[in-house]
Amino acid sequence: MANIPENLRYTKDHEWVAVDGDTASLGITDYAQHSLGDVVYIDLPRVGDKFGAHEAFGSVESVKAVSEIFTPIAGEVIEVNDGLNDTPEKVNADPYGEAWFVKVKMDNPGEADALLSGEEYEEYLSNNG
Amino acid sequence: MTIKKVTQHPSQNEALIFERSQTGRIGYRLPKLDVDETSLDEILPAELRRDDDLAGVPEVSEVDVVRHFTRISTWNYSIDLGIYPLGSCTMKYNSRLNEKVARLPGFINLHPLAPEEESQGALELIYELQNDLSEITGLPGVTLQPAAGAQGEMTGVMLIRAFLDRRDGEASKDRRVMLIPDSAHGTNPASAALAGFTVKTIRSTDEGLTDLDHLRQVCNEGGVAGLMLTNPNTVGIFETNIREICDVVHQAGGLVYMDGANMNALVGVARPGDMGVDVIHLNLHKTFSTPHGGGGPGCGPCLCSAALAPFLPVPRVVKDGDAFRLDYDAPESIGRVKAFFGNFGMMIRALAYIDTHGAEGLKEVTEAAVLNARYLSHYLKDDFDKPYAADPMHEVVFSHKNQSKKGVHTLDIAKRLIDYGFHPMTIYFPLVVEGAMLIEPTESVGRADLDAFVEAMKDIDREAQENPQLVIDAPHSTRIGRLDEAAAARKPVLRWKPEEHAVGAS
Amino acid sequence: MRYIPNSPEERAEMLAAIGLKSADELFRSIPKDVQLGRALQITEPLSEPEVIGSLETLAAKNTAAAKPSFLGAGVYSHFSPTIVDHLIQRSEFFTSYTPYQPEISQGTLQYIFEFQTLICQLTGMEVANASMYDGSTAMAEAYLMAQRVTRRDKIIVADTVHPEYRAVARTYTQHGDAEIVPIGFDETTGRLGSLEGLDEKTAAVVIQSPNFFGCIEDVAAIAEQAHAVGSLLVVVVTEAISFGLLRSPGSCGADIVVGEGQSFGVPMSFGGPHVGLFATREKFVRQMPGRLCGIAYDKDGNRGFVLTLSTREQHIRREKATSNICTNQGLIALAATIYLETMGKKGIHEVAMQNAQKAAYASRKIAGTDGFEIAFSAPKFNEFVVRGRKPATEILRALRENAGIIGGLALSKYYPDRENDLLVCVTETNNRQQIDKLAEALIAANRR
Repeated sequence: MANIPENLRYTKDHEWVAVDGDTASLGITDYAQHSLGDVVYIDLPRVGDKFGAHEAFGSVESVKAVSEIFTPIAGEVIEVNDGLNDTPEKVNADPYGEAWFVKVKMDNPGEADALLSGEEYEEYLSNNG
Repeated sequence: MTIKKVTQHPSQNEALIFERSQTGRIGYRLPKLDVDETSLDEILPAELRRDDDLAGVPEVSEVDVVRHFTRISTWNYSIDLGIYPLGSCTMKYNSRLNEKVARLPGFINLHPLAPEEESQGALELIYELQNDLSEITGLPGVTLQPAAGAQGEMTGVMLIRAFLDRRDGEASKDRRVMLIPDSAHGTNPASAALAGFTVKTIRSTDEGLTDLDHLRQVCNEGGVAGLMLTNPNTVGIFETNIREICDVVHQAGGLVYMDGANMNALVGVARPGDMGVDVIHLNLHKTFSTPHGGGGPGCGPCLCSAALAPFLPVPRVVKDGDAFRLDYDAPESIGRVKAFFGNFGMMIRALAYIDTHGAEGLKEVTEAAVLNARYLSHYLKDDFDKPYAADPMHEVVFSHKNQSKKGVHTLDIAKRLIDYGFHPMTIYFPLVVEGAMLIEPTESVGRADLDAFVEAMKDIDREAQENPQLVIDAPHSTRIGRLDEAAAARKPVLRWKPEEHAVGAS
Repeated sequence: MRYIPNSPEERAEMLAAIGLKSADELFRSIPKDVQLGRALQITEPLSEPEVIGSLETLAAKNTAAAKPSFLGAGVYSHFSPTIVDHLIQRSEFFTSYTPYQPEISQGTLQYIFEFQTLICQLTGMEVANASMYDGSTAMAEAYLMAQRVTRRDKIIVADTVHPEYRAVARTYTQHGDAEIVPIGFDETTGRLGSLEGLDEKTAAVVIQSPNFFGCIEDVAAIAEQAHAVGSLLVVVVTEAISFGLLRSPGSCGADIVVGEGQSFGVPMSFGGPHVGLFATREKFVRQMPGRLCGIAYDKDGNRGFVLTLSTREQHIRREKATSNICTNQGLIALAATIYLETMGKKGIHEVAMQNAQKAAYASRKIAGTDGFEIAFSAPKFNEFVVRGRKPATEILRALRENAGIIGGLALSKYYPDRENDLLVCVTETNNRQQIDKLAEALIAANRR
């Protein structure tokens, strides 16, 4: 049963969002890392890149697959977890903690409220997983 | 008297050549310099000359080289050993006659920029092969310039782009969507992108065929430049509605490109040109037996309708009276896709293949290839989940559903096949089948070998049901086991370096 | 048909075993009106002696193949040790395929790893791929890679880069965002002219060294200029034997080195199959096209080799792939690897030296004659441009008709205003008698 921390918001593309004022941290969920298998590389954007809601901002690679990662909220990248590629296995081991991908300054902080709660994501997984 | 087997032969532990290098060993001799020497500084100032003494480049004797490559070659499976059932690759017999004629001095010593009058044999060969491939595909326009299937594909899609730009002018910029089935090979969308197209996916039906309703619906959305499809498709089934598929696309103003990878099911029986297809690429290293060589070289001719012919790459080989010449006068050409004329050495081999078979032989090959696949399909379908009921043509796809309940997946089945002495089939392609196993025996396999393959697969299924761990841990009989590909991709080591790979460390 | 193991009788049995009455039923899913319904109009089957005879007849018409030749221009005549062609014909090498199952393809994977290493050593770069189709497509892919890495679109290309390579690159980039800007050359030296147009929008400066006229560029100086504006330097090498003598492009600051490996023991064969070289800096490896082989270990710690970083490639990334390339040139890369290991560091150097010495000798002889000069003053390797008083095409015809020599390439084929210029290449396969004869025949041709 996938791990789904209560205090985060989720998307149907298996990203998690942690909101702190008007800053959002993004990563992929435990379900996503499990589906991908051993992660070997994460393609991250640069600080200053701007994205609209639902745009792909990077990708996660395992040995045999690549998955794009989408930002559910519009905003500007203010921090990137550059060191992650020294130890990409962190995405498998600690997807919600050390393996955050980017921090984004949200254009519309309210956008995060429309995302799935932990319960809703869990339900989505059991219907579609 | 019993023979005691003492140790494994040293060939099992052959190191990298760099680890065998010894100062002073020599593997060559050139004739002595026979001209008056010029001082090196006069030819090349020191700052332009190498000063690293070619560090790291090995020094070994000729015997070392021969043993090195002979030993490592024994670690490879090959067609000459037996059935090599890679679906979509057409691993057929690579004739030695083709190798002999490709090595005639009049061919290998010919420079591509030699005067045309003194290269007539080469030009005639290209011309003859062009004609034969035209007849085989039913399409009049030909170029042999692309170096491989993916390049032939890129060429084909660029022909479509050039045709539409000319036909529609400014309005062509609203026609930039290339339709690709969800079962397509990865080179298809990559090639479309190179021609400036975006991609929309067309669904397959549960029967494994292109969903005509979905195709109609997407064509009605407009902006369609064309459809790229494979026929038989990548699940090995012939698209029975091919004429209608082509009509739908043509009526929407687009063109149809066919990926010719599966021509081994069609040669002498049906022709893409007769199906309504506008442009196709062929893989000489699949259908026409030119050797796979560990991953190349290939040759990917592109053939097209008369309407697309003006856009073909330059130069063209044309006949002028009794002579053959190169024609560069093609103002609408998409340009060159490769320097010179293409992989000429592979063209020689393909022509020899066609000549050896002749019309009747080519048809016989197609029948034998389809029969072999149908035979395997018949005997494997009881134990392996076969997702599609339709007749498989030259290849058949299974999924791992019957085995995965026991925790055994396609990868495991493939690895266990190695223990039985076979090269595995293509795995995890096409993506539309879960745990796909795509099996293409080709015509080059005898009945006994087919039966042995079936036996092995049945044994593996039994093992999967009764002793799954045995399959999951396979292979057991190879000199190395499954390699940690994740670690290799995280910290790639892509070359030998002296300090990291000291001799003796293993 | 002798390549089909199952006889017609066996096939009839197999058909019956699976419930079919005839071979025609195999094709029942193909609508009758789509089936050909007649024999292909091509040759009847030919026996071995007939196939050999007919191809020998064609080969004999290629009279240029047997003549002494001074043609270079991207394809070179070099000596290939006997064991090269012999070893590549081992069944396990030439009838195997892409090493998708590493446990039973370690032979192929190991030689790819050795090839990659050797190309790194020769080019002075950190990482090399398992080969491209040829030099021209490798260069086209380098343009695309430079765009990806720098996120810029302007590519500055020297006019002295091989004209056919530039044509291929134009084809590859015509539907994308690349802006290709040509740069001329200095008439006196033959080297790159000034880098006008080099600015912060430039993704790459692309030069060839030795260039199409045979002149060696000042690669280090050009690298500095490119890097000053954040542009990459792409160095193209068509004559790979030059690596044996010339300073490596990597040590001069190249970011991507592409080229043609045909000189490494691969026959000219009317232009193909050859083998493209592609090498770059380690930090760009994920943007590099083509196959890559890396070291991997099994659970017992045994070292093996495996295709890696596959997620760059078309079969996974599809339309976002770094390239659409699928095959490499496996067997040709093997031939090049065997060549390089047989010649070794001494042999590669000695071959390069002989090329340079023979070309210097030839060029001096020709320069000393009345009516000919050696154009362009820059240092050269094994090719140089001879300028006479008449159109080079006429000179070449006279050489062929009167002396039976293929004298070189008339530059007007690619540079229409250089009518009297002739590109001559001298390699270790040209002996002194041939070179002396060339010089004499040139004088005679110029006189008439």
